[in-house]
Amino acid sequence: MSLDYLEFEKPIAELQEKIAELRRISSTGELNLDYEISRLCAKNLRLTKEIFAKLDAWQITQIARHPLRPYTLDYIKRIVVDFQELHGDRMYSDDGAIVAGLGWIGDHRVAIVGHQKGRDTKQRTRRNFGMARPEGYRKAQRIMRLAERFGLPVVTFIDTPGAYPGVGAEERGQSQAIAQSIEVMATLKTPIISVVIGEGGSGGALAIGVCDKLLMLKYSTYAVISPEGCASILWRSADKAAEAAEAMRITTWELSKFGLVDKVIAEPLGGAHRDYDETAGSVKDKIVEALREFENVDNEQLLENRYARLMSFGKFELKE
Amino acid sequence: MNWFDKILPPKIKTVSKIGRKGVPEGLWNKCTACQAVLYGVELKHSLQVCPKCNNHMRMGAKERLESFFDQGSIQWLAENVNTVDIFKFKDKKKYKDRLQEARKASKLSEALLGATGQINGLSVSAVAFEFKFMGGSMGSVVGERFVQTANHSLENHQPLISFTASGGARMQEALFSLMQMSKTTAVISKLRQQGIPYISVLTDPTMGGVSASLAMLGDIIIAEPGALVGFAGPRVIEQTVRETLPDGFQRAEFLLEYGAIDMIVDRPKIKQEIYLLLGKLGFSPQGHSNSELPTALPPGNDRDWVEGELLPASDR
Repeated sequence: MSLDYLEFEKPIAELQEKIAELRRISSTGELNLDYEISRLCAKNLRLTKEIFAKLDAWQITQIARHPLRPYTLDYIKRIVVDFQELHGDRMYSDDGAIVAGLGWIGDHRVAIVGHQKGRDTKQRTRRNFGMARPEGYRKAQRIMRLAERFGLPVVTFIDTPGAYPGVGAEERGQSQAIAQSIEVMATLKTPIISVVIGEGGSGGALAIGVCDKLLMLKYSTYAVISPEGCASILWRSADKAAEAAEAMRITTWELSKFGLVDKVIAEPLGGAHRDYDETAGSVKDKIVEALREFENVDNEQLLENRYARLMSFGKFELKE
Repeated sequence: MNWFDKILPPKIKTVSKIGRKGVPEGLWNKCTACQAVLYGVELKHSLQVCPKCNNHMRMGAKERLESFFDQGSIQWLAENVNTVDIFKFKDKKKYKDRLQEARKASKLSEALLGATGQINGLSVSAVAFEFKFMGGSMGSVVGERFVQTANHSLENHQPLISFTASGGARMQEALFSLMQMSKTTAVISKLRQQGIPYISVLTDPTMGGVSASLAMLGDIIIAEPGALVGFAGPRVIEQTVRETLPDGFQRAEFLLEYGAIDMIVDRPKIKQEIYLLLGKLGFSPQGHSNSELPTALPPGNDRDWVEGELLPASDR
């Protein structure tokens, strides 16, 4: 089975293999298998639709973490015109787990900040699997302040397992860096649009995720802790990650039912990695739509609305 | 019941029960560090600090705020904000049952208490986390109570003090818990805009989402000696880096060395330190002018200087 396919996609992969085999035979010209092939293709489509119509939270988690899923730079390449990357926190180093820079989306100049995961071993080391250290969040803050001063809206792409749990990160104030990022974003005098494109992993995600509009790709997740982390604490076994994923309602669909997502972005059948261009097109449309919405809102009103939005988070009851 | 209990005559069983009743819970406590046996009343008087080894043991939220404010001045805030189990969350246990247990263990309705009152006659508001309530975890109620207490500060132009003791965000309320980080941070930014001081006191332990939001945002950050403070827990870090962490990692003294906090202060001295800090920031009791605060050096000075160095508050 090809690595592209996840465990639950096994029946699809098997059919695909069969189709490929028939095509190979057919191409030798000895037999005409066109009818058979088109029949299997139709069956494959039906099967894929069926499987993807009832994915559970754990399966969606696996799609969100798929090694071929488009990452921040894949979107930037397809959406942002004349992207100029900016580096470093001016204090310690340049964190590869966070990409930041300036560019154009449609006719809007924007600042971009996003987590970046790696595709191969070398990239993964450089990007630290998308797990940022304090310098990453401090770079993000710097670029956002720059955007504020020059009146650029900020677009953030969220895709991280979480902030990096390492010795150096703690020494350099991981908590402080995240807290400060949140404060910068809560008070930033320019619109902020956040898009969860894969994994929204706890504080490390929120550190670039305080926004005026939260968009989520259909097969993304956003959670207070990773399903594995939650399972090992509450179930005392990381093997219960699937149950934890379900219980924490981490999928786009569940979160939008509770009013925590502003807009869901559709993905191609089989997930974003099946068609980068199509996915990027949908992402761009929704971002442009959101940018237009904020075009004529003055900063005072913007901040007032953002404050009201942040204050509205939470469910509780009032009783003596 | 094992075989020995079964053959034990009923009389002896009752006797042993009476025996156990003889020592009420909490009369004697053991220091969690030096194991010294301590008299409960004495420990309450020393604010749960071991008189033998200065170990700062965990202190309940109610006891914390009652001992912090001037006697009789405390008014509780936001008590009517209470928990709903919106997700009907269930792991090994139901969230609903965990809440019941937490209420019983802590004798409180949630993991955070808010109050207003006076310290040495100065009006301030304060919040304290209750670690016995689900590890002081922050969910919707903790966030909302924090905000309401901060709002009281805003409306009355009173400094806000927070005492944290928390494992982080509460998993059972999932993303709503994460959002409390931005909610509490937003209200702190309002305090900053209004020129109202926010002092954060880190007590053992202050971790995860609480550390990475309201705890590390104090205009001034104080920690108690030995308090564990960090983003990721030591066990998670050990699993990631696959090495044993050095002694004292993520402790208050480590944070001071790395520049993450302003000072370490012994628990019994925290109130006075905060009072003096607020005076310098321009907040003194009503009817007092700043001129009544100490401006001239008292004989020998009131701080302990040794060879041109000021001893840290925790050593004084």
